[in-house]
Amino acid sequence: MNVGRFIQYIASGTAYTVSVSLIALPLGLFLGLIFSLLYVYGGKILTRIMSIYSTVMRGIPPIVLLFILYFMVSGSINLSAFWAGSISLGIISSAYQMEIIRGALLSVSGGQMMAARAVGMSRMGAIKHIIIPQAFRMAICPWSNEAAIVIKDSSLVYALGVPEILRRAQLISASTQQPFLAFIIAGVIYFVLVFVTNRLLDGLDKRLRIPANP
Amino acid sequence: MPNPILVVKDLTKKYGDHIVFHDINMTINEGDTVVIIGPSGTGKSTLLRCINLLTKANSGQIWLDGEEITAPGHDEDEVRQHIGMVFQNFLLFNHLTALDNVKIGLSKVKKLKDDQAEAKAMQELERVGLADRAHHYPGQLSGGQQQRVAIARALAMDPRIMLFDEPTSALDPELIGEVLEVMGKLSKDGMTMLVVTHEMGFAREVSDRIIFLEKGSIVEDGPPEVLFYTPKFERTREFLWKITELYGKKESDS
Repeated sequence: MNVGRFIQYIASGTAYTVSVSLIALPLGLFLGLIFSLLYVYGGKILTRIMSIYSTVMRGIPPIVLLFILYFMVSGSINLSAFWAGSISLGIISSAYQMEIIRGALLSVSGGQMMAARAVGMSRMGAIKHIIIPQAFRMAICPWSNEAAIVIKDSSLVYALGVPEILRRAQLISASTQQPFLAFIIAGVIYFVLVFVTNRLLDGLDKRLRIPANP
Repeated sequence: MPNPILVVKDLTKKYGDHIVFHDINMTINEGDTVVIIGPSGTGKSTLLRCINLLTKANSGQIWLDGEEITAPGHDEDEVRQHIGMVFQNFLLFNHLTALDNVKIGLSKVKKLKDDQAEAKAMQELERVGLADRAHHYPGQLSGGQQQRVAIARALAMDPRIMLFDEPTSALDPELIGEVLEVMGKLSKDGMTMLVVTHEMGFAREVSDRIIFLEKGSIVEDGPPEVLFYTPKFERTREFLWKITELYGKKESDS
């Protein structure tokens, strides 16, 4: 048995895990931000549409959605499993991120909008310069939760055949008959990734915190 | 010849069947400080919000500097640049320092260059005596200081008129003086001001006119000496002296 080589083999899937997360999270953030703005400021019809989107997307297990989106995406465009999986995870995450940002937008008091309008800002200007910067700060903590979930859920793309950490762990487990060791290695790598990410986001939260904010 | 800055004609605001105020007529001349008083719930704050178009009146017209701002298709955002507004609860932008609070309208709305906007913002902070607090966040300032920053923020836009919506009502008693002092100085410098307040000392000493609003309409409109001592309606005198007793002890002593 060569534990060193197992670790090396499984760990070399980390690049995939990190890449999938680095595509899914920003994509989910971008879509989530737009969707949440439409939800909060878009008027009745858009609010309704976004509310349905959120309910449906959050009501189906990510793995099921991943397969549906994967076959939809790869059916229409010729994409690798890696890209199709990453984009699908980003779309799934957008529903959760939309709810996080929506909550943050709503927690900025209505007076801030009124004061911004009073100095002559347009509604769009007020949202951009006053509301979003404040909401963004409030969203960091709940967002770090979603970041952890996406990193862990990136393991789902193993079902599409992407050779990331979990996929490799399973191969090792099957070929060596040592599942415990293989999955422990995978677990430790995931834990370290999530731990470091949350630490970074905590640091960002502290750095951006508004001094003595009531 | 007095130059009318703000003219309000037959302004009416209602929510459903509830009439907040109706057929309000008033003219504010350049350089005048006019105080609006009246029992709570008579629509004083709503009136101010209707004047700077934050709330839409149901009917009536408003002219600013001879231009009808209630005319359909008028650019409301542009109008608000020329009307400064100070709120009861300050409403400073929480994520910005005092300096940036004053600066943001200059850079984002008036599109001034960064160094110009900064210099102008600093100048306005000096005007309210807070240059040394420029880099403090709202949460690090006292209520009185926050309100002075809010005044500077409104002044920075070089408004034609300043609206004050109970600017001292949310302040601890010992902080009221510094805000009234800034307002008094502004008035003396010739700023046109429309002030909703319960501070009778300020109304008597600083204002050119007092408007008594009750149950959604103007009861009386005249110089403070008249309203305090020889009003047309006994009700006006009663209200004024009652409020003076409740709020104005310190000022009336001086």
